[in-house]
Amino acid sequence: MKEYSVVGKRLPRIDSPAKAMGQAKYAADLVLPRMLHGKVLRSPHPHARILNIDTSQAEGLPGVKAVVTGKDTKGVKFGGWRAFTQLIDQYPLCMDKVRYIGDEVAAVAAVDEDTAEEALDLIRVDYEPLQAILDPEAAMKEGAPRIHEEVERNICWSRFIEFGNVEEGFARSDYVREDNFSLQTQAYAPTEPRACLASFDHAGRLTIWTSTQCPYPVQCQLAAALGLREGDVRVVQPFLGGGFGAKFELFPYEVCCSLLAQKTGRPVKMMYTRQEEFSASRTRHAMKIWLKTGFKKDGTLMARQARAVLDGGAYTSFGPTVTFTAGFFHTLLYRLPNYKYEGYRVFTNKPPSSGMRGIGAVQPFFAGETQMDMVARDLGIDPIELRLKNARQPNEVIPKLTTVNSCGLSECLTKVGESTRWHERQSKLPPGRGIGIACAGQQSGGAFNWFRTRLAFSNARVRANDDGTVVLFAGAADIGQGSSTVLCQILAEELGVRFEDVSIVAADTGTTPVDIGTWGSRVTFQAGNAVRAAAIELKKQLFAVVAPKLNADPVDLDIKDRKIFAKGRPEPSMPFPEAVTAAQAANKGKILEVAGSYHPEGKGIVSPAYSFVAVVAEVEVDRETGQVKVDRLTVAHDCGQPINPMSVEGQVEGSVHMGLGYALTEQVVSEKGEMLNPSFLDYRIPTALDMPEVKIIEVITDEPEGPFGAKEAGEGCVAPVAPAIANAIYDAIGVRVKDLPITPEKVLKALREAQPNS
Amino acid sequence: MQQRQRIIELNVNGETHTLAVEPQRTLLEVLRDNLGLTGAKRGCDQGYCNACTVLVDGKAVNSCLILAVRAQGKRITTIEGLSHNGRMHPLQEAFVNRGAIQCGFCTPGMVLTAKALLDANPDPSEMQIRRAISGNLCRCTGYVKVVEAIKEAARVLKTGGAA
Ligand code: FES
Ligand code: FES
Repeated sequence: MKEYSVVGKRLPRIDSPAKAMGQAKYAADLVLPRMLHGKVLRSPHPHARILNIDTSQAEGLPGVKAVVTGKDTKGVKFGGWRAFTQLIDQYPLCMDKVRYIGDEVAAVAAVDEDTAEEALDLIRVDYEPLQAILDPEAAMKEGAPRIHEEVERNICWSRFIEFGNVEEGFARSDYVREDNFSLQTQAYAPTEPRACLASFDHAGRLTIWTSTQCPYPVQCQLAAALGLREGDVRVVQPFLGGGFGAKFELFPYEVCCSLLAQKTGRPVKMMYTRQEEFSASRTRHAMKIWLKTGFKKDGTLMARQARAVLDGGAYTSFGPTVTFTAGFFHTLLYRLPNYKYEGYRVFTNKPPSSGMRGIGAVQPFFAGETQMDMVARDLGIDPIELRLKNARQPNEVIPKLTTVNSCGLSECLTKVGESTRWHERQSKLPPGRGIGIACAGQQSGGAFNWFRTRLAFSNARVRANDDGTVVLFAGAADIGQGSSTVLCQILAEELGVRFEDVSIVAADTGTTPVDIGTWGSRVTFQAGNAVRAAAIELKKQLFAVVAPKLNADPVDLDIKDRKIFAKGRPEPSMPFPEAVTAAQAANKGKILEVAGSYHPEGKGIVSPAYSFVAVVAEVEVDRETGQVKVDRLTVAHDCGQPINPMSVEGQVEGSVHMGLGYALTEQVVSEKGEMLNPSFLDYRIPTALDMPEVKIIEVITDEPEGPFGAKEAGEGCVAPVAPAIANAIYDAIGVRVKDLPITPEKVLKALREAQPNS
Repeated sequence: MQQRQRIIELNVNGETHTLAVEPQRTLLEVLRDNLGLTGAKRGCDQGYCNACTVLVDGKAVNSCLILAVRAQGKRITTIEGLSHNGRMHPLQEAFVNRGAIQCGFCTPGMVLTAKALLDANPDPSEMQIRRAISGNLCRCTGYVKVVEAIKEAARVLKTGGAA
């Protein structure tokens, strides 16, 4: 591996002292003079027609400054799917119909939160309840009532993938099996309930500080919703208390907050309650998956066929991408000659589902990797060997979809097996104890331009000052994953300066160049490439000025430790600050500032690169209570060249924590469209006591497309946790649970069914 | 609606503040809204996430669950009171250096909960650490590096590195 000075180092994050000392300001912490507080009135019905809204009493309440309903909006729908405008389907405030419990109906601005809350109670809405459709399979039936009038059979999006010939593949298989899997609704549950603060200036320009992962798409959508020009809307991301996909889009409350600020001429702040964050945001798609797979006796994978039905909830959100990736991921891990997929995302009267950490990955990988274990047992092949036999290798093409460059899957499998002494222990542990394996892979950001932006997905500007400091301006948003630190490392490495010389201004559409946002593990890779491009350009400009002074050709120059010199000849050299001064002088005092960009041009429709991971879970199962205890998770992860190994570990640990919750405890429970557990008491994310030991094994590959060989890190690790645990449970007690979460009741039921007479 | 306000005295981070507050205001609200001490976070306002943790007479409490008027006459420490002139407490340093902070929303509560633990028990076992922070929810870190950071801070504090 190459030797780097800043890349690959375990550096503390640049923003963590501010966070440790309580100085970091999140959206809810912001205050402006004469600020009002806003609240949203939400629908109590899963599906109903709005007959009338009477706001007069609320408006008369002392302290209330404005009330808005759908009539006060432009009456246009918003959404991110500018590439397929039929998918833009949400109003800032419902016009004629409400489609889930929590849908936005009206909003109020008042002098304080309590008054705003009180005003909500005074708004009278007459509804005509409509039949609620809660089950996606029922919603797809011919003649089912429609949730969106123009959408037939409530099918929001369908996606088909096909290559090879599955019929032939199955016919040539010695062994074929079919299984059904069921995946629950998971809540994002970031610890920060979202908030925003909107303020208009004298010229009618809006600034909004908001809990978002995607300032630029929010800027564009907000401008459209308000009838403003994009350039008149500035979106600033303060510190963000976790996203995981939950804060990826423009949300109706941000439009309402802006409208109220416009109407009152005063800044307005809105803060979600915890209950709203659970029930009026987004969820991970619940999914039903049918999976059929064929193998040769020797374990060669011959064909796979899958059908997925996704519970979409009330609006499109990022669902179409999930519908696609839920089919794509069945093709990623193993060499697969024949494949056929049909996926249907269906509207229901529930909160909209969207892309959550491990987007459209955790569901297919649970199905695929659980089934892989069953196949291994049936064919009498060791589960690791079966996977190794079929494992994806570097530089392979997945027909019609993508190319995989670097791929360390086989190494992940081998290493995780060695580390856990797999071969000595699998099927050989004492009763009640088990060990299971599963794999996954993840994209390094999307390549498909769903937002139809004319600009490159990632842009960066770099300014060099003559005191030796360097400032990076990047639109990319750090949402807690540490991207600002990683981008500074990439810049420092390429520029040959110290990490502490670099500072960053990020995620502010008023001052930083466009970035498509933080989703799908794209920032290190795509924004990292943009930053690197800017650094290369900066060096080019510096070298052009410095070359004559060092009696060298610009192409022969290099920079290291803040000194510019000719390659292979350390002296004479010129210190970086002096070089910047010289460059400024040569340009009549012009600031030395350059731009760089990256767009995944010509990288297929999925992603330019993929990470891989293999996880081994070790569990104890209590046959009496059905309780599952996870003792250890060993994770071998190929993320290319880690830019900051400490951050990578943190991402992996957080991901497996989320995967653990998904496997065992987390589930949105709802009845008649109402979420019954919208609190941290009733919705159980694992605590410090539930967390097992996590052992991480780095598998380093060199991704040719990535900055310094880096690619996606951590997100992919959420997906294999549940199947690894499910497979370990089978190893422990010999029963399969194919629907998540694996609760004690389901374990006991499976045990009873396995031994009907005992 | 507005209730009659009461004049209270709060001792926060060693300073006494005289404040007019409505009797139903929680300590969290008063710290954040009246004193601008936004380090304590409103993660749920229901007592289930511990993002709002502050120290009251050295004990970690959920500031969203106690009324400000009830906190009179007690010593309150918020995360802002743990560092001095930008010099971090060993716990804060350990959280930074060990990578225990991701989004940071849970961090003030975690650090203060750990502070209360280490003040009472300078040499906690891993289990005792996990138990102490088991009410502090974190969606980012899986608690791995948080536990490591608390262990490290305990070591540093024992060898006299107290801030
Ligand atoms: S805000 Fe107090 S416990 Fe969550
Ligand atoms: S660091 Fe994000 S919640 Fe703990």
